[in-house]
Amino acid sequence: MATGTAVDVVMPQMGVSVSEGTVTKWLKQVGDTVEADEGLLEISTDKVDTEVPSPASGVVSEILVQEGETVTVGTLLARVGGEPGAAAPAAPPVEAPPEPADEVVEPPEPSGNGKSFVSPVVARIASEHGVDPSQVPGSGTGGRVTKKDILAFIEQGGQTAAPAQPAAPPPPAPPAASAAPAAAPTTAGSGESLEPMSAMRRGIAEHMRRSLDTSAHVTSAIEVDMSKVVALRGKLKKEYETAYGVNPTYLAFVARATVATLRDYPWINGELRGDQIVTHNYVNLGFAVELADGKGLIVPVVKNAESLNLLGMARGIADVARRARDKQLTPDDVAGGTFTITNPGGYGTFHGTPVISQPQAGILGTYAIVKRPWVITDDNGADAIAIRSIMNLTLTYDHRLVDGALAGRFLRDLRERLQTWGESDY
Amino acid sequence: VPELTYLQAISDGLRTEMRRDKRVFVLGEDVGVYGGAFKVTLGFQEEFGSWRVIDAPLSETAIMGGATGAAMMGLRPVAEMQFADFVSCAWDHLVTVAAKQRWRAGTPVPIVLRLPSGGGFSGGPFHSQNPESSFAHIPGLKCVCPATPEDAKGLIISAIEDPNPVLFFEHKHLYRRIKGEVPEERYLTPIGKARIHQAGDDVSVITWGAMVYTAAEAAAQLDGVSVEIVDLRTIMPWDRQAVLDSARKTSKVLVLHEDTRTGGFGAEIAATIAEEAYEDLDGPVKRIAAPDCPVPFSPVLEKAYIPQVDDVVRGLKELVAY
Repeated sequence: MATGTAVDVVMPQMGVSVSEGTVTKWLKQVGDTVEADEGLLEISTDKVDTEVPSPASGVVSEILVQEGETVTVGTLLARVGGEPGAAAPAAPPVEAPPEPADEVVEPPEPSGNGKSFVSPVVARIASEHGVDPSQVPGSGTGGRVTKKDILAFIEQGGQTAAPAQPAAPPPPAPPAASAAPAAAPTTAGSGESLEPMSAMRRGIAEHMRRSLDTSAHVTSAIEVDMSKVVALRGKLKKEYETAYGVNPTYLAFVARATVATLRDYPWINGELRGDQIVTHNYVNLGFAVELADGKGLIVPVVKNAESLNLLGMARGIADVARRARDKQLTPDDVAGGTFTITNPGGYGTFHGTPVISQPQAGILGTYAIVKRPWVITDDNGADAIAIRSIMNLTLTYDHRLVDGALAGRFLRDLRERLQTWGESDY
Repeated sequence: VPELTYLQAISDGLRTEMRRDKRVFVLGEDVGVYGGAFKVTLGFQEEFGSWRVIDAPLSETAIMGGATGAAMMGLRPVAEMQFADFVSCAWDHLVTVAAKQRWRAGTPVPIVLRLPSGGGFSGGPFHSQNPESSFAHIPGLKCVCPATPEDAKGLIISAIEDPNPVLFFEHKHLYRRIKGEVPEERYLTPIGKARIHQAGDDVSVITWGAMVYTAAEAAAQLDGVSVEIVDLRTIMPWDRQAVLDSARKTSKVLVLHEDTRTGGFGAEIAATIAEEAYEDLDGPVKRIAAPDCPVPFSPVLEKAYIPQVDDVVRGLKELVAY
């Protein structure tokens, strides 16, 4: 449909919990030709950064949301199609609101001082549900909105009251009805510079804080003699790369051994849900992937990792890592993890205390493999010092569910698997 | 299950421990021949003999010093102050020695100090006080304030078993007024665990001792308001989790105590709620307590002094309407 009426491009719904997105970059400009499914723009949500493909072939006739703007899901972003010259006159004048306002929102009745005070719990509920407290009828002293009022309002479907159309300026609010005063704008001091947090940065900040507030983080570490894995990888590397185009990374070995070990430790692959302990008969293994310039981190998930052999694991990790860096992940790719591996060892660090990806119960950290003098015992029982490839592993676990002894046994078994790895095992 | 008064429940718990453990002994003014000013130890000297039920001279210092020494030598003294008010005479041995011995030298000091406290019967300024917050502030001491006969027995047994000095505040106004079912067998009520006196959704009252009943009467007078009453049972250690859970549930909290207001233990509770449950509050944390003056003699003034049912009704209404 290269001609005919223009096709609307709207902010896509990137998963049920995502309500808004930020346009980070337009890949095409007005007047450019775009093919159906070709990338049209890049957006950033609190879950993923991704490309939005064009829904149709044609010429970009209008761009309505500029780079850097954050809009709700469903907002019209651009129009594609029609003939370059013909489309413009056919399109309605830009001044008209892009969508009819679905209802006229009466400005709240101006009320006394009582109503303008928002209690901490009401403020929290309002922000969690995207409700403007000044829209809620208040029954407290002086018309203040109580916790019951706002809960009842939300129960009646009052949440996410459609924000004013982006094109139309919001009606001037009565001064007394303004909710909590806006935070003072942050200003840069001498020698400082400011940059706004990206949606991903905000998402990371919220998740990290929430995780530390939720789980009782404890970290245990173990030293693993990786000599066998190192030798085996040396043998396999060429074969895997030529035959399959896949690099059998150390991470793939550790991941494979972790999945096998998790089978014996369902709680470490579980989660707490209310007062129930949830265990899984599958392992959805998340991998922390750093994005370019250290400006972000995302944890794509390799689903059903228990069904993958070493080759499949190496391929799965490479696939999600590549798609994470190319912004090709979908919300499904980052959801549903049951356990996570993070690999900060690439820079030589030998220990860390990662933060659990909620609602999981544990995260495994893998660190640099270094050659170290190591005491080994030969077949005759004599001790000798040998040069071995040693790697530290940490398990950070939620002590609400996992006790230290269990974590210790898990690490012991994982070490055993890695130290005795034979070619036929996996 | 037999019904006992609050006072009988304390006697029952004490007797149970003395029968079971020969290290447990009682000392205090008139606790032996006379059976105690309030008759908690009536018949004890006949049963256990004058070496385990010791009439002490009129010196709280001597009682406390003797109890401290005996505890350090391996006995389990249960010392009685005839009135909680008199504990000020024992301050030095209690606060300087007993509370700190464990921390200085590692010696356990398993003392129970029974403190008949509280007003409501024109006892005047020397016989009506609730000094629990002064001692809750002393690291090394535990403070127990039961409200029901069942808890009185379970907590006196826990207090005797505890290796630390435990102050057992028994409210005189509950002694014969409050009756309840008390299991015959030996049981322990944990120190540091609150009890939900009644569950509710709209507003929480955090309290202990005799005020539990004042709160319950007030709650019964409010139509259509669901009041949750948390009986702390022990204020050092105190059950922060139960208080925070209740605060998060109702979002409105009234802290009620019979002790005076400024620096009373309610201030600690209110501050903790403000720190830990700030984002769950839908109104100010309110305190109802006695005014900052000694307990008056005059029945009329004493009634104005000790928080009454009407005061709590008014406070709850304000908080619910807020």
